[in-house]
This record gives sequence, structure tokens and C-alpha cells, in this order.
Amino acid sequence: MQVFTVLWLRQMRRYVRSRSRVLGAIGQPLLFLLALGYGLGSVYKQAGAGNYLEFLVPGIIVQTILFSAVFWGMIILFDRRFGFLAELLVAPVSRLRILLGSTSGGATIALIQAIMLFVASIAIGFRPVDWAALPLAFLIMALLSLALAFVGAGIASTVEDFQGFQAINNFVVFPAFFLSSALYPLTAAPPILKLIATLNPISYAVDGLRHVLIGQGHFLLALDVAVMIATLVFGMVFAVNRFNRIQM
Amino acid sequence: MSTLAIHAEAVTKRFGKITAVDNISFSIKPGEIFAFLGPNGAGKSTTIKMLTTMLRPTSGKLLLAGHDVSKEPGWARASFGIVFQDPSLDEELSAYENMELHAVLYHVPKAEQDPRIKKLLKLVELWDRKDSKVKTFSGGMRRRLEIARGLLHHPKVLFLDEPTLGLDTQTRNVMWNYVRKLSAEEGMTIFFTTHYLDEAEEVADRIAIIDHGKIVATGTAKQLAIKTRTKTLEQAYLKLTGETVRDETSLANNGLNVRNAVRIKGLRG
Repeated sequence: MQVFTVLWLRQMRRYVRSRSRVLGAIGQPLLFLLALGYGLGSVYKQAGAGNYLEFLVPGIIVQTILFSAVFWGMIILFDRRFGFLAELLVAPVSRLRILLGSTSGGATIALIQAIMLFVASIAIGFRPVDWAALPLAFLIMALLSLALAFVGAGIASTVEDFQGFQAINNFVVFPAFFLSSALYPLTAAPPILKLIATLNPISYAVDGLRHVLIGQGHFLLALDVAVMIATLVFGMVFAVNRFNRIQM
Repeated sequence: MSTLAIHAEAVTKRFGKITAVDNISFSIKPGEIFAFLGPNGAGKSTTIKMLTTMLRPTSGKLLLAGHDVSKEPGWARASFGIVFQDPSLDEELSAYENMELHAVLYHVPKAEQDPRIKKLLKLVELWDRKDSKVKTFSGGMRRRLEIARGLLHHPKVLFLDEPTLGLDTQTRNVMWNYVRKLSAEEGMTIFFTTHYLDEAEEVADRIAIIDHGKIVATGTAKQLAIKTRTKTLEQAYLKLTGETVRDETSLANNGLNVRNAVRIKGLRG
């Protein structure tokens, strides 16, 4: 086995062995999907804006990826707390390679969760506009998963404890979700919200998925993809930089 | 003249106002078994952490086979192996999976991975439990697994930080016999810390006694006794380090504790 494979496999083994984590991580998005999708659906329809469930699914898929991927980063804090990080840090392998292997594992987990949610949404009546575009949708999900897993790893390498991570979660991750285009269309949003959402990279991920899954979008698909690639580059640089600085 | 395996020159490590390691220097020849002996909080673990690139020294120079550890951390990491004082296993993985992960990270040749893992797990009597998750292991079993893991690749220098803490006499003997064999057969340099005097005396070629971050004496057990005009290593040790009991969580303990202690102190103002 290669270094990359063995580190990726470690993440997958841990994931598969913890069933509560599998269910816990999609429970919340599923709740959002059901409560908002059904609860607000009729209001949305009366307002003449169309099918809300359809509109919501791409946003909730992005939410699943956002929460799973960033939450995954906490493994670095766990490894630090339980000592395994020392084993990784003194290994004769560059920290970049350690980060790449582990983070790919984290991204794979986020992608699996997102696909699970996608399947659940089909079960409750969601239909993509073009089944042939599905591979492209998965590609966008994978790109976002990788970018956000790096961001999560970077955050976990920066903070010293779980409380710090929780604080970032509350002040960065939740706002990144709520202040994006995930839950409401930007066209009708108040100008200030529109401005914030336009500066928020999460909006572009949601928008990209909407283009592919339901054939609607606010920005250009090419712009969506460009912003996501930029987010990936930022996440990588951030994570490598922070991970390199860890001292035990 | 052959290059020294380990060379420390005026190395100091400070955490805030606390000096954990205070201007220490020592040299270890290739193939030597060298013991760092000292009470709790003397600076033993901090020294090992600096030698193994986990901490950067505040000042001074550390060389492994002539290479500066701070400037070439990658080179250093490829040349040593370490058994940590603190637990460092992945508890969600099995014993075998922990070993396998280590073998790949340390570039053990593929064909040798499985036989070596088997041999070492048998040596520490864990082969029957190879597929059990580490979280089901007792403290002693975990320690044995960590030692087996540390011996998996055959590095030029092996660091053992309090390796026998919490091990029974049988396992201690098995471990030291194996380590001595590796040192003799492969010329591996062994650097270990301990606060068991008998262990230092029996296993080490030379001993450095460290206290309050300073090396107070270096030599063979015999030389140390002669130097202090005492009869045994124990008497020499007590003469050099005093008779007072040390607090395990003293401010001058290992890096992590020191840092937390400084942080807590800072929070309290």
C-alpha cells in the first residue's frame, strides 16, 4: 500500500465503524429538508415561485457537505488529544502527504453523506431535470467536499481544543450556510443579504448544483466552478500552512 | 573519525518564563546505548521531543548523524524511530492495522511488512489479539503494542521515552533483549529515558543524569559512582539530584504540560 492509500483507508475504517456518526451527520440536513421542504413548500408555491423542494435539495446537499467536511476536521483534534498525531508528525513522510491522504478520506466521507442525502431526497419526490447530468453533479459535490475538508483540517490545526472548534463552527460554518443562497432565492432577497451571499463561496456551490440538477441558476455555471476551484486552492494553502505549524 | 550519531550543543528550550531544558550538550557515538536518567520534570521528554522534530529548540544545535534537526526535519524523521511516553495509537483500528499503517508510513519494504508485523506481535504476545480494536486493550497491552510498533522499521537511531513504564518484568526483559540485539546486529544507536536506575545501569553503555533541565553528570555507571565517591549508581544518583520528591505535574515537566501550565497561569493572570 501507498502512504496516500493507507491514510485514506484509516479515515474510511473509522467512518464505517462508527454508525452513530453516519446517521448523526445526515440527520440534521434530512430534518431541514423535510421540515422546510414540506413546511414552506405551500407558501413558496402560493408566492408563485414554483416548487420549493426542488429549489431546496441542492442547498441541503451543500449543507450536508459543509457540515460533514468541516466537522471531519475535528479528527485532527482527536488525534492530538489521544496522541496519534505524534505518530503521524514524526513519520518520515512530508506533512503535505499526510494532509492529502487524510483529507481525501474526509472528503470521501462528506461525498458519501451527500449522496445518501441525494438518494433520500429522491425517495421523497425530488427528480433531477436531466439524469445524464448526474455525473457532473457528483463532480461538483466531490470538488466542494475536498475544498471544505481542507478548510476543516486548517481550522482544526489552528485551534487548540474542542471548544475553540465549536466557536468557529458557530461563527463561521453556520453563518456560511444561512447567509448563502441555500435556503432562499437571491433575486428576491434584501440587498444587504444579497451582497453577503454574493461574497459567500457557499452560494456558488449551491448555484452550481442548481444549474446541473434543476436547470436554474443565479450566476453563470462557469463562475460557480471557478469560485469552487478558488475555494479549493485557498483551503489547501490554509490547511498546509496551519498543519505545518503544529507543535506537540 | 566517524560522525556522531547524536550531538547536542548548548540546547535550551523555554516555555514562556520557564526553562525546561537549560543549555545542555552531549554526544553519542553510533551503536551506543545511551540513557537519560532523571526525576520527573527534569527535561527528558522535552529533549526527546526536540531531537525528534516535535519541538523546536529556543537556542542551540541538535545534530543527527551530522544533520541539523531544525534545518532538515525531513531527513531527521527518515533516520530515527521513536516509542513515545504518551499513548499514540489509533484506538479505532486493530492492533494489526496500527502496525500496518506504521509500516507503510515508515517505508518498510512490502515483502517484509507482514512477516515483521507477525514476528513482533508474537514477541509482545499480541498475535492472538491482532484483529481486536486497540480500544479493547488494557494499558499494558497498549504499551506492548507501541513498543512492537517502534521496532517495526529498523532506524539508525531509536528513541525510547520511558519505554518500560507500566510494563511487567517479563515484557521488560523481552523488550531489552530485543533492543540490545538490534543494537549489536545493526549498529543501531539507542537513546532512552528512564527513571529506573537498574534499567539504566543494566542496559546503557553510558548514562547522563539530568535534573532541572541540566545535565549534572555523564559517564558509565561505574564512572558516575567514582565521580561522586559513592558505591552504587543509586547513591550517585541521589547525591546528584537530591532526596526531595518531585511532583509529576511540576511546571518543568514535558512540553505539553509545561505549555498548558503556562496557559493556565496566564489565564489566571
